[in-house]
Amino acid sequence: MALIDTINPLLTTGWAKGDAGWSLKDYEARGGYAQLKRVLASKMTPDDVIGEVKKSVLRGRGGAGFPTGLKWSFMPKAAPEKYVVCNTDEGEPGTFKDRDLLRFDPHSVIEGMIIAGYAVGAKLGYNYIHGEIFEIYQRFEAALDEARAAGYLGEKILGSDFSFDLFAHHGWGAYICGEETGLLESIEGKKGQPRYKPPFPANFGLYGKPTTINNTETFAAIPFILGMGGETYLNLGKPNNGGTKLFSVSGHVNRPGNYEVPMGTPFAKLLELAGGMRGGRRLKAVIPGGSSAPVLPAEVIMDCTMDYDSIAKAGSMLGSGAVIVMDETVCMVKALERLSYFYYEESCGQCTPCREGSGWLYRVVHRIEHGQGRAEDLDLLNRVTDNMMGKTICALADAAALPVRSFTKHFKSEFEYHIEHKKCLVDPEVQRAGSGFFRASSVTGAA
Amino acid sequence: MDNQYDMLSPEALGKIDREVAKYPADQKQSAVMAALVIAQDEKGWLPQETIAAVASYLGMAPIAAYEVASFYNMYDLQPVGKYKLTVCTNLPCALSGGVHAADYVKQKLGIDFNETTPDGKFTLKEGECMGACGDAPVMLVNNKRMCSFMLPEEIDKLLAECK
Amino acid sequence: MLEIEIDGKALQVADGSTIIEAAHQLGTYIPHFCYHKKLSIAANCRMCLVQVEKAPKPMPACATIVTNGMKVFTHSDLAVKAQKAVMEFLLINHPLDCPICDQGGECQLQDLAVGYGESASKYEEEKRVVPDKDLGPLVSTDMTRCINCTRCIRFTAEIAGFMELGQAFRGERAEVMPFIGKTVDTELSGNLIDLCPVGALTSKPFRFSARTWELSRRKSVSPHDGLGSNLILQTKHDKVLRVLPLENEDINECWLTDKERFSYQGLNSPERLTRPMVKQGGEWKEVDWSVALDYTAHALRDVAKTHGGAAIGGLLSPHATLEEMYLAQKLLRGLGSENIDFRLRQNDFSADGKRQGTPWLGMKIADISRLDRVLVVGSFLRKDHPLIAQRLRQSAKRGAQVSVLHSADDDLLITLAARAIAAPSQLPVMLAQIVKAVSQLKGVAADAALAGIAVSAEAQAIAQSLVSGSNAGILLGNFAQQHSQAATLHALGRQLAVVLGGGFGFLGEAANSVGGYVVKATPGATGLNAAAMLNEPRQAYVVLGAEPELDCADGAQALATLSKAAAVVVLSPFKSQAMLDYAAVLLPVSPFSETSGSFVNAEGRVQSFYAAAKPLGEARPAWKVLRVLGNLLEVAGFEHNSSEDVRAEALGGNPDFVAGLDNGIDGVSLNLAAGVSGLERVADVPIHFADALVRRAPALQQARDSAAPTARMNAATLAKLGIGAGERVRVGAGATVILAAELDAGLPDGTVRVAAAHADSVALGAMSSVLSVEKA
Ligand SMILES: Cc1cc2nc3c(=O)[nH]c(=O)nc-3n(C[C@H](O)[C@H](O)[C@H](O)COP(=O)(O)O)c2cc1C
Ligand code: SF4
Ligand code: FES
Repeated sequence: MALIDTINPLLTTGWAKGDAGWSLKDYEARGGYAQLKRVLASKMTPDDVIGEVKKSVLRGRGGAGFPTGLKWSFMPKAAPEKYVVCNTDEGEPGTFKDRDLLRFDPHSVIEGMIIAGYAVGAKLGYNYIHGEIFEIYQRFEAALDEARAAGYLGEKILGSDFSFDLFAHHGWGAYICGEETGLLESIEGKKGQPRYKPPFPANFGLYGKPTTINNTETFAAIPFILGMGGETYLNLGKPNNGGTKLFSVSGHVNRPGNYEVPMGTPFAKLLELAGGMRGGRRLKAVIPGGSSAPVLPAEVIMDCTMDYDSIAKAGSMLGSGAVIVMDETVCMVKALERLSYFYYEESCGQCTPCREGSGWLYRVVHRIEHGQGRAEDLDLLNRVTDNMMGKTICALADAAALPVRSFTKHFKSEFEYHIEHKKCLVDPEVQRAGSGFFRASSVTGAA
Repeated sequence: MDNQYDMLSPEALGKIDREVAKYPADQKQSAVMAALVIAQDEKGWLPQETIAAVASYLGMAPIAAYEVASFYNMYDLQPVGKYKLTVCTNLPCALSGGVHAADYVKQKLGIDFNETTPDGKFTLKEGECMGACGDAPVMLVNNKRMCSFMLPEEIDKLLAECK
Repeated sequence: MLEIEIDGKALQVADGSTIIEAAHQLGTYIPHFCYHKKLSIAANCRMCLVQVEKAPKPMPACATIVTNGMKVFTHSDLAVKAQKAVMEFLLINHPLDCPICDQGGECQLQDLAVGYGESASKYEEEKRVVPDKDLGPLVSTDMTRCINCTRCIRFTAEIAGFMELGQAFRGERAEVMPFIGKTVDTELSGNLIDLCPVGALTSKPFRFSARTWELSRRKSVSPHDGLGSNLILQTKHDKVLRVLPLENEDINECWLTDKERFSYQGLNSPERLTRPMVKQGGEWKEVDWSVALDYTAHALRDVAKTHGGAAIGGLLSPHATLEEMYLAQKLLRGLGSENIDFRLRQNDFSADGKRQGTPWLGMKIADISRLDRVLVVGSFLRKDHPLIAQRLRQSAKRGAQVSVLHSADDDLLITLAARAIAAPSQLPVMLAQIVKAVSQLKGVAADAALAGIAVSAEAQAIAQSLVSGSNAGILLGNFAQQHSQAATLHALGRQLAVVLGGGFGFLGEAANSVGGYVVKATPGATGLNAAAMLNEPRQAYVVLGAEPELDCADGAQALATLSKAAAVVVLSPFKSQAMLDYAAVLLPVSPFSETSGSFVNAEGRVQSFYAAAKPLGEARPAWKVLRVLGNLLEVAGFEHNSSEDVRAEALGGNPDFVAGLDNGIDGVSLNLAAGVSGLERVADVPIHFADALVRRAPALQQARDSAAPTARMNAATLAKLGIGAGERVRVGAGATVILAAELDAGLPDGTVRVAAAHADSVALGAMSSVLSVEKA
């Protein structure tokens, strides 16, 4: 497993025993399912639950940071058939927190989803799990069996009038299924091509029925929020940015891994937790919120705190909290080429600007990287990204465009050097050595 | 219509039935992704008749099942080796040895991405982000088994283990 | 109603409208590709982006629902910039092959590229190449031109009812294709050609034969089924090279069946009869019209003189025009014959004299879409009336309940509410059960004749569905009309509708199934009907437009009888070996494309058309030929100068709808007897064999729907006979034919389904009969 450390363990409290602590009895020993019991026994109304979540200012951890309580309140009350869906299609490069959540503490997500089902009036839920982590899917199914056997799932849960069942659905290799409507299509047994919105899932979701869809980490936070109260949770973080957040730190640090820190923790502190820069090399750039977020140069990120508002102010996005750290050995053209290839590869293909534009971007960046760039290429990239952004069904086209725009903006001279000299500013050997095999300095938990 | 799905074993059909049971009764198609995985596990890859058989079992148009089989990366529409190794080379992994790991495997097996060793044992694929970037380099064996921290010694061990 | 503004123009639109619909109301064009008013909204091409006040991004007009007070700008800088951006993306991978593309001149992409494209693209990478697909004999592909708008895919899934196309792979590699090794087999496949906004899907039969600007266009009407689809015939040098739908929401909407679209190939068939021919001493000779007409007049006059007018029989094709039928019956009556009929495939004529008017659809075609409960009785609906099936398919999706009573459970690609599948002999009693069950549910006294009948579960289920709605319709198909107890089915269907307070009518088999009644192309009180004319051989026959061996209820008998007749006069656009054998004179007459005329469709609508091309060779419009024959035979009242004159006389003016439509029927004694021993034949008339024209359309003849007849039976029947699917079997009543046995789980026990109207099965004789089947 990846390295972990926290400043304020909440979501990660259950991770301490690594792979040995995921089961129901461990979870119950940590106080698990107490909130579900309390909600059902105390006859908290669904609106009470939603109110508490609203107070916490929990913002969705899947990327967009939409307030969760508000989203739940959009669910039509009267609809007879409703769904709760969890998004564990974690495929955004740099993000690997949801996998560990399900690996070490699946019941927190299950409990969060049951409570969500109660709050929005759903009787059935699905957790959509990234195809590449099939072992985690199997573990989640085992956890579901435990929960079902213990009466946390099924008819009349814990003797209440509330019935809810939950199943796991696995993906099979498509980043776009992380987009919520692509994900719903995928559960319906189709290609994961996103739907035009509106209507939003709260009105027209799974099988056309009202559906609440949240990220894994969002659901995992629910029992904790109910446990400590919305306000206490909010105050862990900073105003408008409630609670703690998991950050997946990858790249050129000594200890890549997931770190749970309060919202508003300085980036420098996070970097320190992650063991600092690998080999003591100089920080060059950071993508603070998954590969779709604009890259920030070292000097900008070092002044940021890790929360939605601060990162947005700096011109990027907190996104899923995936922090990709790059040091001075990185060629920014090459790094962008790989990301552009990813979006080209993952475009679902329905919208003209994305289908055609993502390949165009990749090909231009590719040719710059391979010494065939042209003087007008940076303008061309600018124009193509401009033509893609805001013109498609989902945000993948923007996600493909933003890295191109931010890399070429902040590291323009490197691109110009490439085009002019037909080679890298950073010596290829240095690049290769800088990103070579590496053994983390210390590993906690079992591999 | 004849029973085209005779070609799937009773065990496979049983597994598919368990998947179907997860969804509302009128939404059998929801099980298609799992059913194709089950079929792929049984056949090693997904020949078109197998896709048609799955479609017919779930009462959907064959092309609708083919759309699914061709949309998601890990369905194999062509035969692959006994062991399909997928190495993530996306940026976060690439910063921590992902490309080196891929190069190492290529050199050990004497094949490039999307190639199969002449003995039909290994197929090598380039993967996109597997959601395990903290464990770089990561490799997937036959779609389902994830191997973390794949330094050269680990790769050697893995290859030796694949009989 | 909402108040909105588009480009500064205020308008009111209905709640739930999209911007593109609202713009349409104003006549403002918004460029688009994926949007199509009859298909679900995909919003994937992004061509229709417009500016909406207060929206930060351009919005797709096809998918954006208007809100009150919305201000839309379709030509603002933001909108135009977005549209140009999308156009550039669409063109980067599109081949520059307009000069050799069949879509050239009628390509939405080409048109819009001129308006919204930049002159030169900045894209300098290699263009994508996409492998072509084999979609069958009708639709040709150039998939590199595809812009992935997915209209074709949505068409197959939503309109045709089965997803035969999909978009495989993803991103830039996305490809529209059928399942590997499959073709597109829907009977509506040609619509894909119209729907494709670029040249990716084009007409295979039309391929490279002309450029759109070289074609002349003429409106016309489909000469096939009773729907009367509106057509545009496109010709070059007096040859019909292409047929397109003329949109008519009340009839065919914007669709055509493949039969209607591609049967034009038959117009150019090598079997066209282009010169008059007479048989002299057993030898056929091409002669001048005057010779042929004299010969004809002579022959008919001789018979009439020697044997009396009743020795002549007239067999008229139900696909003949109103004018042709009118003059033909007038001529025959002038010769003293009342033996006239156009109902060639009918078996039971016992309703004659008991009908209160002309049998018809009983409602407007468009009203079918408003029914919320439908019972279709005795119909191979999807093949006999594909566009009505299409209407019901859409209704069912909107919640209408469609039920079926039939002798075959063919997949209509409609979700059925209930069904009863029974052997032909059981259909009347089944329908009687439904009438009884509905009466009981409605608390109405049932017909006394139904007292002893027990209601089966299937009938009960259908009845329950029927009474649960508020606007029911009972539709009798071709099979019911051809049934040997057709009068009973008519009377029961009518009763059912009366109890339900719903509609009742007949799905017209042919282009003029209603028109034939209107012009009295039916036997007079003393005359013989189509079956009787063949049962009781006449000296002479006049055959207009039909091929009796394929178009009559008992083709074998027709052939035998005609072969023995002294004089058979055939007016036909085509010749066939059979005709050469039995006829004495062949008069080449124009098919529908080369004559003016009218068809009365199932809803009673009179649809007239002009010739789109000059007659081929020496062929002449049949109405003119009949008029001259009238003069030669000195029959009074043959002074018409135009087909309009004929129509005016036939209809007493120029009405939009014919008068006297009424499905009422009196005095039919219900025949519910059901004692049949042996295998009952279930005979369908395959879609591409139903008339002389379509039988000669080569591309259609290669389609899957044109497969040779087999002997289809269900598993129990096969087992009982000890026959395996695929084995050769000898099927027979009198004469026998050898066919392949085929398993068809949708057939009732004790039935064998063998298609009619096909050379391979003519020898079997009557469409409704009892057959024996044994291993060959
Ligand atoms: C291209 C794309 C990929 C996405 N991938 C993910 C993902 O892997 N996991 C996730 O939770 N949300 C992802 N999202 C965001 C989801 O659409 C959605 O906003 C989220 O699941 C809502 O949950 P939340 O409110 O709890 O954040 C993605 C969005 C886009 C446009
Ligand atoms: S933007 Fe791209 S990924 Fe998103 S729906 Fe459109 S084509 Fe698919
Ligand atoms: S017509 Fe609106 S997106 Fe295609």
